[in-house]
Amino acid sequence: MSTLSIRDLHASIGDKPILKGLTLDIPKGEVHAIMGKNGAGKSTLAKIMAGHPDYTVTGGDVLLDGESILGMEPDVRARLGLFLAFQYPMEIPGVTIANFIRAALQARLPEGQELEAVDYYQKLYAKMDALEVPRNFTSRSVNEGFSGGEKKRCEILQMAMLEPSYAVLDETDSGLDIDALKIVSAGVNALRGPNIGMLVITHYQRLLDYIVPDKVHVMSEGRIIHSGDKDLALKLEAEGYDWVEKEFGAKAA
Amino acid sequence: MSTETQHDLNIDRSVGDFSYDVEYAYDAGVGLTEATIDYISDVKGDPDWVRAFRKEGYRKFLEKPMPTNWATKDLDNIVFENIRYYLAQGQQPKRSWDEVPDEVKETFERLGIPEQERKFLAGVEAQFDSEAAYSNIKAAVGEQGVIFVGSTEGLKEHPEIFKKWFGKVIPSGDNKFSALNSAVFSGGSFIYVPPGVKVKHPLQAYFRINAQNFGQFERTLIIADEGAEVMYMEGCTAPKFETATLHSAVVELVALKGAKIQYVTVQNWSSNVFNLVTKRGVAHEDAEIKWIDCNIGSRLTMKYPGVVMKGEGARGEVVSIALSGDGQHQDTGAKMIHAADNTTSNIISKSISLGTGRATYRGMVHVPKHLKGCKNNTECDALLINTNSRTDTYPAITVRGQGNAVQHEASVSQISAEQIFYMQQRGLSEGAAMSLAVNGFVNDLVQQFPMEYSVELKRLIDLEMEGSVG
Ligand SMILES: Nc1ncnc2c1ncn2[C@@H]1O[C@H](COP(=O)(O)OP(=O)(O)OP(=O)(O)O)[C@@H](O)[C@H]1O
Ligand SMILES: [Mg+2]
Repeated sequence: MSTLSIRDLHASIGDKPILKGLTLDIPKGEVHAIMGKNGAGKSTLAKIMAGHPDYTVTGGDVLLDGESILGMEPDVRARLGLFLAFQYPMEIPGVTIANFIRAALQARLPEGQELEAVDYYQKLYAKMDALEVPRNFTSRSVNEGFSGGEKKRCEILQMAMLEPSYAVLDETDSGLDIDALKIVSAGVNALRGPNIGMLVITHYQRLLDYIVPDKVHVMSEGRIIHSGDKDLALKLEAEGYDWVEKEFGAKAA
Repeated sequence: MSTETQHDLNIDRSVGDFSYDVEYAYDAGVGLTEATIDYISDVKGDPDWVRAFRKEGYRKFLEKPMPTNWATKDLDNIVFENIRYYLAQGQQPKRSWDEVPDEVKETFERLGIPEQERKFLAGVEAQFDSEAAYSNIKAAVGEQGVIFVGSTEGLKEHPEIFKKWFGKVIPSGDNKFSALNSAVFSGGSFIYVPPGVKVKHPLQAYFRINAQNFGQFERTLIIADEGAEVMYMEGCTAPKFETATLHSAVVELVALKGAKIQYVTVQNWSSNVFNLVTKRGVAHEDAEIKWIDCNIGSRLTMKYPGVVMKGEGARGEVVSIALSGDGQHQDTGAKMIHAADNTTSNIISKSISLGTGRATYRGMVHVPKHLKGCKNNTECDALLINTNSRTDTYPAITVRGQGNAVQHEASVSQISAEQIFYMQQRGLSEGAAMSLAVNGFVNDLVQQFPMEYSVELKRLIDLEMEGSVG
């Protein structure tokens, strides 16, 4: 059961329903992409999986390797291996990147066990170099004063350090210039493998040229209305969403 | 130790929440009269001038009104008749570690002083109740001619230096509580650093309160002679009791020409303590006085460390962190009195309010008209952990005349639910996320504390934060 499995998920904010019966399986070893119009509910899906307190799940389930995670605190889900690269990463003034990632890794160790500092920094610097994040970023406060692209790179740096078993990347490509897109994609591809399942949320098929997905899903009004292979992304880019919504959205509604 | 509810942050605190039965050899009873003062003077074998100084302090204490016209009315809840004004375990400060009672050692143990820090205790002046329980000056310090003793010993053994400065920086009638301290003071340190001597290791003292309803009134006097440098560290971790406890210290610093004094305090009072402290220093020509202050806990803390910049080119600095948990009130700030040309002062204050906790910043910067080339920088930032928290800022900056520069910045911020969610998504528990964010807020100031204190500080903040969530 090495799958992140979303079963008929319904969720709302206040009394406004946003997810309306969403079903999706992301097995380990695969990369899936979700595309969809602004406001379709993509970020909401990501946050609900991560356990954001503002949303109420009204039906369905999310299973991580067969275990329901919906009743768990966000940090428990994270330690189980779920990672979310935020569309809008938060600034944490005064907390350096190095200390932040270190605290996150420390939180994964059994009580009484200390993170090995030398190994930690070695690994951190290696990952930073790979993502072309300047080393002096370690002493900068998390996301504070970062450019849009730097924030996204820093999200992937955290992902590389925390080695999740499932990762949701919410518009990690937005705000990246072409060179950064290549670097970040290479970073993501380096993490690909049999031990991780990824869900990549994007508006641009260009990203999928670099991070080639096993499956592409179209989300509309809180549901997955259509799925296909990577060619679907090309078609969406060329023709927009109207045809899928007409063809599949109506049918399911 | 009970862990009933989370309403009172202190209940969840394991550090400092304990006390030992100690046999008090001398006890002045409850309440304050002239007889109490005579009793204290008799027991301590005060010279006549000290007895007279105490009585004058007592008179001023009776005369002075409570400062409730500007400060909180909570002060009216102090019942002076119910307080013990003098308690001491023994009269002579202990000379070596071996002579220190086991209970006291156990107290240090419980304070969680790390092993590597214990070596500091070899050079420590520690106060257990009102007398110094342990006093052992490092040989090196002694050889340099540095005097580091309890205030009682200081006034007896070194009257020529002591008398010259004692009560001069803070006259007994400065305020009601400095007057009270003048009447009943006991314990605290006396330090004299001879000209040109730069004391390498920080001199350290631990203060504790260990008797119910027991007011503690330390009196510390530090003199750095011309070109001398010294850092003094004071730390407090008080046990928790049911009824209010009054702590009212007076600390006077004198930095002569070109001297430097840094006075570091980390206080972690239980939430029944009234902590009403008067701290002031006089900086002569080109001298520097820096107060580095961290106040955690207590029912009410009122503390506004000050520097009088008396000589040209003198510098004064106050760096302070205040954390008020549920039901607590930190009323802190700084006083900078510019009294010579080209003097510079800097105030950086950060406060954290949790739950119903309240933080007040009061600043006073005074630059008279006839002065030139004076500068002040004031920054005060408040962090509110939840909507009930309250913060007030009362900066009083009086700058007259031309050619003086003042800069003032203030901010109020909150830790948002989105920030906590972001950190939790990385695997940190809610409490750990909160701690990290709060530590981040004060991080730049914490770095100004000596290493072992910054570690302790971080731990204290962690404890407070972990008690503050679910
Ligand atoms: N906290 C909130 N309060 C009110 N409405 C919300 C909230 N969060 C999300 N919504 C609404 O839910 C819908 C889905 O939002 P979501 O951010 O999930 O869209 P998205 O698919 O990620 O869009 P985009 O492509 O623009 O990032 C939107 O209509 C949005 O306004
Ligand atoms: Mg979105």
